[in-house]
Amino acid sequence: MIFRKLKRADSAGGIWGPVAVVVAGLVLLVGAPMVTGTFGLLQLTVLAALAIFALAQGFIWGFGGILCFGQSAFLGLGGYAYAVGALNMTDTTGAVALAIIVPMLFAALLGYFMFYGRISDAYIGVITLTVSIILFDLFNSTSGDIYHIGQAPLGGFNGIPSVPPLNIPGNPDAQLDTNGLWYAAMGALILCYILLKWILASRFGRVVVAIRENETRAQLLGYDPRLFKLLTFIIGAGISGLAGCLYTNWGAFISPTVFSLTMSAQVIIYVLVGGLGTLIGPILGAVGIQYLINVAGGQHVIDPNLLLGIVLVAFVLLVPQGVVPVIRAGFRRLIPAKQPSTTLAQPVSQEASR
Amino acid sequence: MDLYGLVGFNILVGIGTIALITVGLGVIYGMMKIINLAHGEFMMLGAYATYVANTHGINIWIAMLIIAPIFVGLVGLVVERCLIRFLYGRMIDTMLATWGLSLGLIGLMTSIFGNDPRGVPTPVGSFSIGHYAASLYGFVIVVVAILALAGFYAMLSLTRYGLIVRATMQNPNMAAALGVAPPTIYMATFALGAALAGLAGGVLAPISGVSPVMGAAFIAKAFITVLGGGAAIVTGTSLASGLFGFIDTFVSFKSTPVIGEVALLLAAVVMIRILPQGITGRFLRRSL
Amino acid sequence: MSQSPGTRRGFLKLGAALGGTALSTPFIARHALAAEPIKVGVLLDQSGPLGLSGQPMLQATQYAAKVINDQGGLLGRPVQLVTYDTQSSMQLYTQYAQQLALKDKVAVVQGGITSASREAIRPIFDRFKTLYFYNTQYEGGVCDRDIFCTGTTPAQTVSHIVPYALKNWGKKTYIIAADYNYGHITAKWMTKYTREGGGQVLETDFFPLDVTDFSATISKIQQASPDFVLSPLVGANHLGFYRQWAAAGMKSKIPVASSVFGLSNELKSMAPSVTDGIISAFGWYPTVPGAGSTSFSDGMAKMFGPNLPMLSELDSASYEGMMFWAEGVKKAGTVERLAVIKALESGITIDGPSGKATMDPATHHVIHNAYLAKAVAGEWAIQDTYPASPPADTAAVCDLIKNPRMDKQFIVNVD
Repeated sequence: MIFRKLKRADSAGGIWGPVAVVVAGLVLLVGAPMVTGTFGLLQLTVLAALAIFALAQGFIWGFGGILCFGQSAFLGLGGYAYAVGALNMTDTTGAVALAIIVPMLFAALLGYFMFYGRISDAYIGVITLTVSIILFDLFNSTSGDIYHIGQAPLGGFNGIPSVPPLNIPGNPDAQLDTNGLWYAAMGALILCYILLKWILASRFGRVVVAIRENETRAQLLGYDPRLFKLLTFIIGAGISGLAGCLYTNWGAFISPTVFSLTMSAQVIIYVLVGGLGTLIGPILGAVGIQYLINVAGGQHVIDPNLLLGIVLVAFVLLVPQGVVPVIRAGFRRLIPAKQPSTTLAQPVSQEASR
Repeated sequence: MDLYGLVGFNILVGIGTIALITVGLGVIYGMMKIINLAHGEFMMLGAYATYVANTHGINIWIAMLIIAPIFVGLVGLVVERCLIRFLYGRMIDTMLATWGLSLGLIGLMTSIFGNDPRGVPTPVGSFSIGHYAASLYGFVIVVVAILALAGFYAMLSLTRYGLIVRATMQNPNMAAALGVAPPTIYMATFALGAALAGLAGGVLAPISGVSPVMGAAFIAKAFITVLGGGAAIVTGTSLASGLFGFIDTFVSFKSTPVIGEVALLLAAVVMIRILPQGITGRFLRRSL
Repeated sequence: MSQSPGTRRGFLKLGAALGGTALSTPFIARHALAAEPIKVGVLLDQSGPLGLSGQPMLQATQYAAKVINDQGGLLGRPVQLVTYDTQSSMQLYTQYAQQLALKDKVAVVQGGITSASREAIRPIFDRFKTLYFYNTQYEGGVCDRDIFCTGTTPAQTVSHIVPYALKNWGKKTYIIAADYNYGHITAKWMTKYTREGGGQVLETDFFPLDVTDFSATISKIQQASPDFVLSPLVGANHLGFYRQWAAAGMKSKIPVASSVFGLSNELKSMAPSVTDGIISAFGWYPTVPGAGSTSFSDGMAKMFGPNLPMLSELDSASYEGMMFWAEGVKKAGTVERLAVIKALESGITIDGPSGKATMDPATHHVIHNAYLAKAVAGEWAIQDTYPASPPADTAAVCDLIKNPRMDKQFIVNVD
């Protein structure tokens, strides 16, 4: 029953939406360095990193139904893993691998306790929040000389400055400049988008969505929800770690503030505003919200925290499904769909179509 | 021997502090099943209320024990009417909305007062344990925490209002059929929880300093204690505060305050892993 | 600077001529100030735990810019400050540093308060070739040709505090320090000087900048019962220690000396009952005698009125940072980075608030008068003066004339 519905929904969404997104991404990838200077490109690079972070949260929350309030833990672990790796190895390619693997291992451990303990959604929120606070406190108190990994001092509150930039794999001397870093970040964003699209179209992705829709029913069909949730959580952590690696590269610097509650709150707002259960929504949410924060911060009109708070409350109360689904529903109403699409299939078709 | 006295006193104060910062959150969570992520910011408002009242020449005791809870209680009332009441039964949305409220309050207070920490004077001096000296203010914290918990317990078990509240929390439909208005009870409960948070903020202001982001330092401890304590507000909060307060203060004394906090949080995560059933069971029963 | 070498020289001559005559001829001065301004970037925390220190530092920088502009500007051009409030956040330091270097394209950046903030932005200015002045008393050891440090270092301050304490109070000390690079490295210097003076460090504790509750620590200190406490605690949150110390009745029992106390208006914001008797050592105090000192205090008071907090070395060093840079520009005849660095490496001396100060070419630190003072009834009573103290800590390890490509911070090794 579920699967028939999902297949129908999938064919209804079509492949052209995602293709258009990827093409637009490629145009931006090539075009941005031609139209903007070094500073603009750096700003775009950090936006791409945050958009990847938003994708990860959008995937585990919107599709996996996992309420993680401390996603910044994985962003920070990825950033620190990259910094430590890059300072210890001449070729930073291995450091990038570490930035993805370390958060995944941590997520596997934490996720095992949470999902196999079968605690409720709200508790998962509280525990992940707590873990990010623990990591913040821990990394904040590593100023002493004894806290170092190989050549890399963890630096406590100071963080790690002068982190070596990415280099072309296999060639440690070919370090990426500002343009190169932009290509890496935007390229990674496009690849993550394609990867998640692919996962969602696969059998695995359908089971993940089915579990979110009805955990008991999926279990009765023979799928272990704990395992699928754990794997979803781990994939999200890996992608967040990659975002952390790029974020570190942007400033050549990482400090415990990446673990902060504000960081976790921001990514939740990106996803909520952009649209739960979509992939393009979190990306657009990240860009839109960061733009708002920059404008507000630059003009000193309204405190960024106040702005974020108002946006979050307003969306929870008024537009809980987010901007992208609302716009899409509007389009659907204007242009009658060719395929017969029942109202029952509507919520699921939203996930599959973009 | 004197040293044991001193450490014992500090542990007592640590327990009192955790009980105090938890009780407001516990009232709202235990009775309404709402996790109020703006709890720390309610405390922050209480601290600012104390600071402002004190700088306007109002006696410090009146400022922290009366003005702070009343002011934050009123804020809680407004928040319940304008925000929370639309979200009853939607646990996750309530968490998100109160998180938004928390960010908004931090931003609002930063806009009004700036984010420089302010100080509130400590109203009492010191006393000695053997040849060690300790601040008398610790006693104030412990006494206020005990009074808050005892007062709440007495209200629930001895008064007619308490009976109505317990009935409403247990079965709102039945209570409504018997002539109680559940919305009014929810409103009053949320305001009471907020007022207790305001009291905690006011009483802790002289020790912690007053700044818009001060709430973040407390919420982790408060959440963990509430979850660890479980549904019985008074006994749960007391027991969990006793355990976590002991761990926090003792480890702080042996190493540093940071390690103390980390130890507390780790202990709590392990404890929730060992005892998820009771808590979750209670939670699931209510939400269904 | 985008001129080709040929035209630049001509331009510079004109600029130098204008700068030289600006003082004596008001007409040309007015004309000069109509020229395109020289942008100076300023990164200082105006809010957050370090806002108390950052606000007067910005005011001192603004005052220095006013003094320079009143004298006709530099090279015939006025100086214009581009200021960002970093809000005590490392994230914002990174962001605004990129903005100053790449978008505003400033000639020089003045600022940074904590060592953490300096280490966050120093690589950015290295990478994008922007001259940087760091004007805070700090732990020493920064060896980088792109940066000039005008604040005092442990060899100029801690080296005087510790012997004073050992002589007057006793041999056993307890160190409580801020938990980041400044606190750790300063604690090492304190340990080193204590041991050299025949003293003993009983214990060293570190506190993150957001810690406000020191009750457990105060008990620990009592248990160890040292003869005195050394405190490199930093920021508004840590001021709680001094309040709680006094509230616990410890102030009359164990004296305290600090390497940072007094840098954020402590003597005005806390009662004398809390602050009296605390010892510190800095490159400047408002109570330092001399014409430079009084003209700085008076000028600041005139420009900013009675609400000005009690000034400190951070403010005099911020003023000196601007003045050193201005002298370098005058001497180089350009604001171009390398030329200004070379001019400053010729050993420029200025008359600052604390008297004569000379830029040491080998370390890019300042040879400076230093003072030791005691808090008495809300004022700093100068106890001792150490004329022309060299930055010996940094000089022992750093020689930028021999190794101009050096770019690191040396850290003292104890034990």
